[in-house]
Order: sequence, then structure tokens, then C-alpha cells
Amino acid sequence: MSAGALSRDLDSGGIAAWVRARPIAVGLVAGVTLVAILVLGVGLGSVKIGTDEVVGVILSKTLGLDIGVTWSPATEAIVWELRLPRVLTSMVVGCGLAIAGATFQGLLRNPLADPYVLGTASGAALGAAIAVLLPIQVVVIEFGLLHGFAFAGALISAWLVFRLGGTGGPGGLTRLLLTGYAVGSVLAAMLTMAMYVSGAELRQIFSFLLGGLGGASWVRLLVAAPLIFGASALIIARGRALDAMLLGDAAARHLGIDVGRERGILLALASMATAAAVAISGLIGFVGLVVPHLVRLLVGPAANRVLPISAVVGAALVSAADLVARLVGDVPVGVVMALLGAPFFLFLLQRTRSGYEL
Amino acid sequence: MTQDGPILAMSDLTVAYGPRTVIDRASLTIARGERMAMVGPNGAGKSTLLRAMTGMLVPRSGSVRLAGDAIEHVARASLARTIAVVPEVADLPFAMPVVEVVALGRLPHDPPFTGLRSSDVAAINRAIERVGIEHLRTRDIRELSMGERQLVFIAVALAQSAPILVVDEPTAHLDIRHQVEVMQLLVELNERDGMTIVAVLHDLALAAHFFPRVVVLDGGRIVADGPPAETLDGTTIRTVFGVDPALVRLPVPAG
Repeated sequence: MSAGALSRDLDSGGIAAWVRARPIAVGLVAGVTLVAILVLGVGLGSVKIGTDEVVGVILSKTLGLDIGVTWSPATEAIVWELRLPRVLTSMVVGCGLAIAGATFQGLLRNPLADPYVLGTASGAALGAAIAVLLPIQVVVIEFGLLHGFAFAGALISAWLVFRLGGTGGPGGLTRLLLTGYAVGSVLAAMLTMAMYVSGAELRQIFSFLLGGLGGASWVRLLVAAPLIFGASALIIARGRALDAMLLGDAAARHLGIDVGRERGILLALASMATAAAVAISGLIGFVGLVVPHLVRLLVGPAANRVLPISAVVGAALVSAADLVARLVGDVPVGVVMALLGAPFFLFLLQRTRSGYEL
Repeated sequence: MTQDGPILAMSDLTVAYGPRTVIDRASLTIARGERMAMVGPNGAGKSTLLRAMTGMLVPRSGSVRLAGDAIEHVARASLARTIAVVPEVADLPFAMPVVEVVALGRLPHDPPFTGLRSSDVAAINRAIERVGIEHLRTRDIRELSMGERQLVFIAVALAQSAPILVVDEPTAHLDIRHQVEVMQLLVELNERDGMTIVAVLHDLALAAHFFPRVVVLDGGRIVADGPPAETLDGTTIRTVFGVDPALVRLPVPAG
């Protein structure tokens, strides 16, 4: 039985029923928006391409369908080789960051947690900076040192924080958060040092820090997407453990959840999704912190609703921000997201002062 | 599991945190359908004994058997379907309507992916009704008073539909009317529904009035076990709790 059915059975009240019936409505709206952004994102740019041509190219390339529209080889190259991989990459990254954010917030029982809470951002950035500074060029199927080092840096820092911080005992979550902060600070200091000595390479490091999808390609997408989707699916499958932990460790244990094991697995999965997203897009902030809150405001905190809907909303948000960033003229996507997204989120917060209802 | 014999049996249970022995060779048998209160001064080891009894910590020595099986060998989900423990009143990190908090009590019955069945929904509704919090169903739990939250967490444990209910200080945040109502609920769950009830209580009067069996813990040992008229006599109150028995007004035992 779905969450919608729960609401129907549990509540006969009008307003309450409407609130609970929303997961499906919210999911549908987000899904339709996502498709619209896909078509818009591929169509708009320095060369405008009509919606019919966009749909035509995508359908013929993916399904071999001919819908009776013709296009030039140049159009096909722009749609298929340049824009579609970029739009899809932005969506996959948004999905991964939003799910990771929702997972960290639930696991750490902390609304301020985001995907970078275990030091993954500093770790990835330091890895990328080292890669930029090393006088070696290695390219394996379109992946340079930068991607590999960023991915490894994110995972190593998350692992380090988890090993040092642990999660057991009273105050364990606070210790983990503080450990993440401390390890992140050390890594950030090393990053600053690397930037200080980098000279001409500074711009390259800086653009990683700001996040961007300019380097998107099919190959990079096809390597990162399975990691992100795989981790997301496994997290969603463990939603019950995430829900139980909302009540605290002891209560979750009494509900039959192996808290230590589940927390370790979920932290690892969320870190994996974060690392894969960061490796192909640099550091994109805001989305992982805010999207889960936005979704909770709309559909409540149950993981089986928050996680999938966050994935869709996160994908829509990052792809929309990237579209705006491209149209404005290659502004970093993180800048766009914070400039447009944060005021919108503030507006929502003002409206929801009363509590649960939006 | 066998149907005969005690539903919970602890023998020579010793629990230690580092060098500190918290439970010292405690033996206790609880029969199916029994209603038992555990009392004792602060630090006597009541909560620790509850944790050992519910399989949440590993004793240094001795054993806990749940319906004849060593409790450490009972699968987690199966344990959660057999023993429901009223959770400590916690702050939730996010807004959550009461009905969804109570629904968490169904997690041990809830196989992944299929979600709530109609039996789950019925159990959730029954728990809410038993505790008398229908009017709070759609309220955000964070808006509720501590007492109201306490009732919600009791409903979480009831929604678990386990034959054993364990409560640690269920009345801590409640006013006198709700204290009595919770006690009456425990009596009713025990007498009408046949649940086995184990309650840690601070209030000796509530223990004496509502429980036919009272176990007194002091310094990690069980120092008295039996009907309250015997276990809560003047000597025990003076030696264990260190107060003048005249200050503790206990109900006249029913007999």
C-alpha cells in the first residue's frame, strides 16, 4: 500500500487528506517539470533549436522513431553530442546530491546536514587541486586525474571521518559531525595552501570549487550515473531504517533495526553518490541542503516519499539552474542556484512558520 | 517458542560497564500475562536491567531467555514483534504528524517495499484510540507538550502489537489525571488483552496500587519480589529508599 493509501485510510478529514494525497501530485508535477526542463535545456542556447527537432533527434537516437521532422547534421551534433549529455549530467548530479542530503539529514538527525557534512567537499577539492598541480597528464576513457582524485578524495575523507568519529555511545552523532568539521578544516587548509602555490592553475581549481557542468560528456555520464542511481536505489530500499532512526538510536533498535550496521551502510552509500556527483561536476552547493527540506515541507518526513521526490526535484533544480547559467553566459551553476534558489526557499520558510502545513 | 514456561527468564544476570557492576547476579522470572512493576532508588540499575531483559545489551554473565530461547539468538525483527519498549520521549529533527510517528511502530511488521497493509493501519488506529490521542492525529509532534508526546510514544509501542510491553517511567511527564489513565491503560492491556507488562516506576504509590507484583532493586540486586504489601513494607522503604515510611502513603493492599 502506498503512502497515499495510508492517508486515505488513516484520515477522513478534508485538509489532512489533501495534505497526504500530495506525494503523488508533487511527484507528478516534479516529473513533468523535469521533462519540460530537459526539452528546454536541450533547445535553448547560443543556437536555438525547435522543440520538434529536439524531440525528433532524441527519439530517433534512442528509440529509432521517426516523427516526420527533419534536421541538419549540425543540429543533431548540438543536441546529441553537446547539450543532451550536459542536461542529463546536471539531472543525475542533482538527483545524487539531493538524495545524499536527505540521507545525511535523517541519519544525523540534523536539519543542517548536507552531502558535504563528512568532509567530502574539502576532500574532493583537495584531490582535484592535487591533480591540477601534478605535472602529469593521464586520461583514461575521458577521465583525467582530476575526476579520479576528486572522487577518491571525497571517499577517503568520508571514510576517515567515519573511522575517527564513529557513531556509538551517547553524543555519538555530535562527535561525528564535529569530526567531519575538524577533518574538513584540515583538508580545507591544505586546499588553500595548494591554491596559494598554484599560480596559473588557480583558475582551474577555482572552477572546480564553484561547480560546473561544462565538462559533461556521455562517457563521464555513463560512468557516474550507475554509481549515483545504484547508491540512490539502495538508499531508498533502506528507507525504513532511516525512518526508525528519526526516533533515536534506542527506539530504532527496539523496532528491530540494526542501527550501527544500517548507519554505516547508509553513510557509505550517500558518500558514494556525493563523490560520484562531485567528480563530474565540481562542488555544487545548496541543492543537497535545501531540496530535502523543500520536499519535507510538501509531503512530510517519511523516507519513502522524501527520497524519491527529492531525487526528481534535485534533478529539476540543478538542470534548471544550469540552463539559466548557460543562457546568462557561463556563470557557475552554483552561483545561479544560490542566487535564485535561496530567496525562493526563504519565501517558503516565511509561509510555513505555522509548522507542518504549507 | 514453547507456550509453557515463563515468557522471560533471567538467571544470574550480571551487567557491568567497565569495572562498574550495575546488575549483580539478578534472577527474575516473568510469566506470560503477568503485570510487574520494578522500583528502586536512582542508580539501582532498573533501566539497565530493562535493557538486558529486552536484548539491547550483552550481559557479562548469566542469561536471558525469551519464551525459552536465548535472547541473543532471537532475530531482531522477531524480537521487536515480541517485546515492545515504549521509547524515551525524543525530539524529532523534522515536523511529523502524530499518526505517522505512531505508524513507525509497524516497522517490525512491515516488509520492505510493500508498505502498510490494512492490518497495519488497523493496529495504528487501535493504538491511537487506546491511548486516547485521536484529537492529536494530524498535529505536528513537535508542537505537543511533553505529556502529550509521552502518550504518542506509548502509542508507538502499542502499534507494535507485541505480547510483551516494557515501559520505563511512563508517567514522568504526565499530570496526575494522565498518570492514572496510563496506569489504568496498562491494567486493561494486561487484564483484557493478556499482554505481559513490565514497568519501571518511581512512584511507589502507583506501583503498589496498580501492580500485583513489585520487584525492588537496590545497588544492582533484587532485594524484594512479591505482592506490594510484602515488598513495599516499612523496612524496605527505610533501608532501600532512605526515607521515613510515614512520608510514603501507600494504598491499603487489597489483600
